[in-house]
Amino acid sequence: MAQLQMTGAEIVLKALADQGVDTIFGYPGGAVLPIYDALFKQNNIRHVLVRHEQGAAHAAEGYARSTGKPGVLLVTSGPGATNAVTGLTDALMDSIPIVCLTGQVATHLIGNDAFQEADTVGITRPCTKHNWLVKDINDLARVMHEAFYVCKAGRPGPVVVDLPKDIQLQTGPYVPPTQVQHKSYRPQIKGDLNKIREAVELIANAKRPIFYTGGGVINSGPAASQLLREFARLTGYPVTSTLMGLGAFPASDGQFLGMLGMHGTYEANNAMHDCDVMINIGARFDDRITGRVTAFSPGSKKIHVDIDPSSINKNIRVDIGIVGDVAHVLEDMIKVWKSKVYRPDKEALGEWWKQIETWRGRNCLRYRQTGDIIKPQYALQRLFELTKGPNTYITTEVGQHQMWAAQFYGFDEPNRWMTSGGLGTMGYGLPAAIGVQVAHPDALVIDVAGEASILMNIQEMSTAVQHRLPVKIFILNNEYMGMVRQWQELLHGGRYSESYMNSLPDFVKLAEAFGAVGLRVSDPTKVDDTIREMVDIKRPVIVDCLVDKNENCFPMVPSGAAHNEMLLGPEDQANVSEAGAALV
Amino acid sequence: MDGVRSHTIALLVDNEAGVLARVIGLFSGRGYNIESLTVAQVDGSRNLSRITVVTSGTEMVIEQIKAQIDRLVPVHKVTDLTIGGPSLERELALIKVASTGEKRVEALRLADAFRARVVDSTSQSFVFELTGSTTKIDAFIDLMKGLGLVELSRTGVVAIARGAEPL
Repeated sequence: MAQLQMTGAEIVLKALADQGVDTIFGYPGGAVLPIYDALFKQNNIRHVLVRHEQGAAHAAEGYARSTGKPGVLLVTSGPGATNAVTGLTDALMDSIPIVCLTGQVATHLIGNDAFQEADTVGITRPCTKHNWLVKDINDLARVMHEAFYVCKAGRPGPVVVDLPKDIQLQTGPYVPPTQVQHKSYRPQIKGDLNKIREAVELIANAKRPIFYTGGGVINSGPAASQLLREFARLTGYPVTSTLMGLGAFPASDGQFLGMLGMHGTYEANNAMHDCDVMINIGARFDDRITGRVTAFSPGSKKIHVDIDPSSINKNIRVDIGIVGDVAHVLEDMIKVWKSKVYRPDKEALGEWWKQIETWRGRNCLRYRQTGDIIKPQYALQRLFELTKGPNTYITTEVGQHQMWAAQFYGFDEPNRWMTSGGLGTMGYGLPAAIGVQVAHPDALVIDVAGEASILMNIQEMSTAVQHRLPVKIFILNNEYMGMVRQWQELLHGGRYSESYMNSLPDFVKLAEAFGAVGLRVSDPTKVDDTIREMVDIKRPVIVDCLVDKNENCFPMVPSGAAHNEMLLGPEDQANVSEAGAALV
Repeated sequence: MDGVRSHTIALLVDNEAGVLARVIGLFSGRGYNIESLTVAQVDGSRNLSRITVVTSGTEMVIEQIKAQIDRLVPVHKVTDLTIGGPSLERELALIKVASTGEKRVEALRLADAFRARVVDSTSQSFVFELTGSTTKIDAFIDLMKGLGLVELSRTGVVAIARGAEPL
C-alpha cells in the first residue's frame, strides 16, 4: 500500500483528527503560519483563539480535566512557547494530559539566534513529561502519535512537540496511530496481587481506618470513582480527599469527612492523625497535606496506591506501596475483599465513627453572617446552594477564595472541579473555565476568583466573548491578596507589605468594556438575587462580590505544625515555629 | 546524615538528542548529587547508550533517584550495581607529569608498580595511562603530586555486574 503523502502541517492536523481531537486552543505567529493555513482549509478541528499563550495552556487543562481527554494547544516559537511554560508546569504538577505544539524556526536556523527563536525543548524539558524536536519530516507522524500516548499513559502530564517551520512545509509520509507503538515506555497499570492481598487484609483488620484519596482517582477515569464508592460502602470506612481529588467521592455522602490538609476540616485532619490504617488512593503526601512530616499520622500503617513509582516513599515512608492504576487496583482490592468474605470490625468502627462525630461536632467551617457586610463563606455557600448540580463546573484562581470554594462547594461527581493545586497558579481559573465551557457548551461554568488573581489573565474575557462562551466569573473582592495578607498577619506581625490591591478596576465597567455583563453586590440580602441573575444571563458575566476584607481562611494547619495542631478561628493564638516560618 | 552511601547506577537509554540533559537535569533539579558520570553508545543496532552514574544519598534518596530516572520516557532500564550483587568498577585516567632528574625516575618507577603505561614521553614529561578502581587511581595521583603532576584527565566510573546475566 502506498503511503499517504502530505505536508508537515497537514500531517499535524491529520494526526490530531485521528487522535480524536475536536478543539485546539492557540495563538498564531510566524513559525506556525503553515499550520494555521492548513487549519483554515479544513473543518474537522475547531480553533479557539486565546489572547495570551498562558491562557491557551490553562484552557487546554480545563478541557482535559473536565473531559478526561488530552487538551491541545498550538503556539508560535519564542515568546509563544515561553508564555506557555507556566501552563505546562501547572499541568506537570497536577498530572494533566496536554499536548503543546510549538512552532520553531527552520532547522537550518536553529542555534543561530534567529528571530523569535528559543530553545523550546531545552526550556520545557523540566516542565514537561517529555518533549520532542522534529527535525525530519519522516518522524513527524510517529512523534505526534507518541506525544498523545505519552501524555496519557501512566501518570498523565504535559508534552511538547516542537515543529520547525521548514518541516511544516515539507512533504512526507503519514502513518495512522494504529501503526505507531512506543518502543519502550510501558507504565505499570496492574498492581502486584500479593501486595494487594496483604493490603486488603490490613484494611479488613483496621480499627481506625481512613481512605485518603487524591487526584489519581479522577485521572484514572470515572470507573475509579465508582469503584472507590463501592469499596467505601463495602467497608463503611470514612473518606477524606485532597484538593485535587474532590468529587471522586460524593461530598454529600455521610462517609465523607471533607477535604484534608492545610485548610482541611478538623474531622478529616484529626482522623488522619489518629488512624491506625491509612489507605492512600492516588494522592502523593504533598506538604499541604502532611504538615510536619515527623508528626504526620504517627501511629498508622500506611498503604499507598499510585501509578507513579517515584511517588511512593518520596515524602512519607509507607508500609505497603502498590504501583498501579487506581481503577485496576481498586477492582482487585474489592475482588479480594469479597472472595475472602472480609467484614469490618463493627465494634471498633462504631467507636471510631463516634470519635469522628465528636470532631465533626466542632463544626469547624462555622462562620457568622451578621451585619451588612458579605462574608466570603456565605457568598460561596449561597453560590453552591443555588448552582449545584451535575451540569455545573467550578474552576478557581488561587488563594483564600480557592480554599473557601473547596470547603463550601460540595462535588458529587468527578471532573467538575478544576483548580491549580500543585503549582498554585494565579490566573488559572478564567482560561480553565473557557476550556471547560468549550468542551461542555450547555453547562454552567463558574470561575470562583479573587480580585487579584483574575487580573492575571483578564485578557481572556475577549476569548469568552468572541467564542460566545457564557462563563461566569464570581469574584470574592476583598481588595487584598487575601492569602498573602493572612500569612503576613500570622507570620509577619501584620505588616501588609504590598498585599493591598490598590487602584483596582471597576469590574462592572471592565466586563462591559469586553462586551460582557457586569454585576455588583455588597448587600448580604442581595446575594441570592445576584447569583440567580448571573445564572440567567446566557453570556459571560463578571460578578463583583464585595466581601469582608479581614476574613481569614480557617481551619488552618500552620506551616510546620501537625494535623492535630489546627487553628480553628481567629480566637486560636497562632503559634508558628521558626522552622515553620521558613516553609511556604 | 544517617546512612549516606555511594551507589553506582547503570542506565540503558535511547541514544537521542537531549537524553543526557534529561538525566542531568533531573539530578540538578531535584538536588541530587553526581559524583561521576560516563556515557557512550553501547548498542548501535538498537541505538542504545549506557550511562553510569555514581551518586550518594540515604536509602530513601537512592530509591527516589532510581524511581525518578526510571520514569523518564527514553530510559529503558535502571540498575543499582551497588546493591544488585557483585560488580566491577573501573576508571581510566591520563596523567601528565613534568619533571627531571630523580623525580622523573621515581615517577616512572611508581608507574611501573601501578602498571600504568607510558603513552607519551618527552625529555621533560610523561603521560601515563592508568586503569583501575577509583581508589587505585586516587592513590597513584596522590603519589604523582610530589613528582611533577601538571594535568589530569579521568573518565569517571564505568561498571558492570559480575556473572553471565546481562543488564
